[in-house]
Amino acid sequence: MTENPLSSSSRVPVIEKLLTANEEVAADNRAELKIHGVKVINIMASPGAGKTTLLLATIEALGEAGPSIGVIEGDVASQVDADKIATTGVPVVQINTGGGCHLDAPMIRHGLQALPLEELDVIFVENVGNLICPVAFDLGQDFKVGLLSTPEGHDKPYKYPGIFEAVDLVVVTKSDLLPYLDFEVDTFRELVHGLNPDAPVLVVSAKTGEGMDAWVGWLSEQLRK
Amino acid sequence: MHELAVTEDILRIVSEYAERGKAKSVTDIYLVIGELSSFVDDSVQFYFNMMSPDTIAAGATLHFQRIKTRFRCRNCGQEFEPEERNWICPACHALGGDVIAGKEFFVESIEVTS
Repeated sequence: MTENPLSSSSRVPVIEKLLTANEEVAADNRAELKIHGVKVINIMASPGAGKTTLLLATIEALGEAGPSIGVIEGDVASQVDADKIATTGVPVVQINTGGGCHLDAPMIRHGLQALPLEELDVIFVENVGNLICPVAFDLGQDFKVGLLSTPEGHDKPYKYPGIFEAVDLVVVTKSDLLPYLDFEVDTFRELVHGLNPDAPVLVVSAKTGEGMDAWVGWLSEQLRK
Repeated sequence: MHELAVTEDILRIVSEYAERGKAKSVTDIYLVIGELSSFVDDSVQFYFNMMSPDTIAAGATLHFQRIKTRFRCRNCGQEFEPEERNWICPACHALGGDVIAGKEFFVESIEVTS
């Protein structure tokens, strides 16, 4: 390679974290939510892990006497999940990411504008079905919950350590299928705690109601904080 | 994952530093990426080639320094690299540990001409 004698080359140190623009908006979201006294729970899982089904069961279990709930549904496309939630009468916003693999803080900012924040106690955010990308994007949430359905297998923490390390709680869904699968609950719990000793691991079936008390109990405790 | 958003951010940061230093062009961009920030190097370079032509960083080469995941055992303090299906501490055989490396995700430096 020939060097132009008139030009000189030099190395400039940068050390600047990527995706911080998202974190700034997340901080704004957090500040606004605090003003309204609304807690946000960011629910992350694979497609088909049972996020919407658990949400529907949760809305029913918390009941009308419970906290006032709002929902933000994130999907690549369609209104299907928001329609399901809307049948419960809970205010819901559907965000379509148009191919995007995760929700980010600006999308949540947009979603919050469509919800009656002054009336709400808690907003459940159902993230786009994906075990990787949502982990990297702070939404301004108070708690992150990771769901793993029993058919996905107990070895998932080996493959996707990021999500299991990042969450405040892990919910194993579809526990009613355990008799038909090789899912080892104890092994899964050990792996999660190997990464994240503080995250409780709950085993739940939204279908039979198994474990719903523990999940609703955890939620109620966080909402009191 | 979200390589497009990452590439946009790389370009934003690099342009800012290059312009601040009154550089003529950026020839190389050095990134430090932990294994847990899983994204695909080739697709970032692909997006970069598409997005950079009209910028100060046109034609720059991206260099990825990959950082392996490291655990610090909570039981005995030993630091180790977990294997794909083995998170057992080599010193005391406890499972897992605190993640002390592998989450890095930043632009380390740029090579510029002036």
